[in-house]
Amino acid sequence: MLEQYGYVLVFLMAGIVFILGAFITGWALSPNGLLGLKYKYKKEVLVDTYECGVETYGSSWFRFNVSFYLYALLFVIFDIETVFLYPWAVSFKALGMFGFMEMIVFILILLVGLAYAWKKEALKWE
Amino acid sequence: MLSGENIVKSVSDLLHQLYAMVGLSAFKGVLDPIVAAHVMFGFISVFVMFLVWMERKVSAHMQSRIGPNRVGIFGLLQTVADAIKLTIKEDIKPVHRDKIPYYIAPIIAFVATFAGMVVIPFDKGMVVQDLNIGLLYIIAITSFTVIAILSAGWSSNNKFALLGGFRSAAQIVSYEVPLVLSLVPVIMMTGTLRLGGIVEYQSQNHWFVLYQFIAFFIFITSATAEANRAPFDIPEAESELIGGFHTEYSGVKFAMFFLGEYIAVIVSSAVAVTVFLGGWLPPFAFLAFVPGFIWFMIKLLLVIYLVMAFRWTFPRLRVDQLMDFGWKVLIPVAILNILVTGFCVLFFGKGV
Repeated sequence: MLEQYGYVLVFLMAGIVFILGAFITGWALSPNGLLGLKYKYKKEVLVDTYECGVETYGSSWFRFNVSFYLYALLFVIFDIETVFLYPWAVSFKALGMFGFMEMIVFILILLVGLAYAWKKEALKWE
Repeated sequence: MLSGENIVKSVSDLLHQLYAMVGLSAFKGVLDPIVAAHVMFGFISVFVMFLVWMERKVSAHMQSRIGPNRVGIFGLLQTVADAIKLTIKEDIKPVHRDKIPYYIAPIIAFVATFAGMVVIPFDKGMVVQDLNIGLLYIIAITSFTVIAILSAGWSSNNKFALLGGFRSAAQIVSYEVPLVLSLVPVIMMTGTLRLGGIVEYQSQNHWFVLYQFIAFFIFITSATAEANRAPFDIPEAESELIGGFHTEYSGVKFAMFFLGEYIAVIVSSAVAVTVFLGGWLPPFAFLAFVPGFIWFMIKLLLVIYLVMAFRWTFPRLRVDQLMDFGWKVLIPVAILNILVTGFCVLFFGKGV
């Protein structure tokens, strides 16, 4: 059964090799790769950071909004919940009513968490 | 008789005879996966080529225009022309970029979704490897695209790319939860994560789209949001953030993000077809003479057409509406679905 995952590994490596092949093809065929190109304009302006055509203003790494962090945190919590839900779901019929009641309690605890986040406006704005 | 199993068996017999002729039979375990990867890559390349053409034609006809019709017959070679154009474009690398994430991001964006094609069953025996944990594997491996998007946004050294990357990652991560939760009722009813097992269950009972239409709806919506397309494409909105996380990419690297997005659509639609629409099963028993993989491709194209039709049917959602919809509507509905399915399975036997 473990050799099944050998296929997965080969797919991952083959994917990387295909993409590197595509990169090399792009580099070989592009004007500033293998084919060579005489720049008629200033190259520094071309490869500078793009900001709608003006000079960049300030640092590129700004302090980001805390909402991103809150969404990521909530995602981690619910992802762990789904990790617990999957094995339970696979053996659902064998566990019967008792297992179902236990899982209802677990889901309700996490739903209370979601309701709290909703009420405290952690899910608001973007 | 023409069926997926027979085709796979005859091809693999031929391949093993080829190995014996060349004398490499001992390396069968290594050469088989490599051949499978090449076949799958070939299939994906041609299919994505067809899909890009299909998207442009479908968009065009929905907007009362014609779309590409010059390059091949009916414009079928348009994607080839686009791919050649992207390959020979000048590779502009921003001078202040972070080198390693800049090169790794497009690679991850493609490889993560390409590895998801390992478990897709096109027909009864026509699957690269029918993993025991197939469904969980697909969800886990397609989550790697978040890393690719964040790397791309960060390494471009561009405020707009970074903001686009953050928003895109927040959106994908928010819709990951309803996507996973919507598949739990199906697993409760079948008791297996193996995609082949789920299709076999549907061959004895009705397709899951009849029992779990809510889960089907949640899955298709979340999959569309995961691929950053359709009404959820604020991170790609050209008028808002230039190009989002792929602003500073050009040429082949940009094509890789594009390709990764299309393969994500293919993988999600294939999972939807396998889990909800009966995979390679014919809709009526008397149509069983048509081979299974033909049914699979027909259903796959229908679901992909549905995803493409979403794009031109609904207006683009604002970012906060998008997040509200994911957290406040889809997650409670998905959890309610799980609880109701649990009650039904326990009290009514197989589940209505």
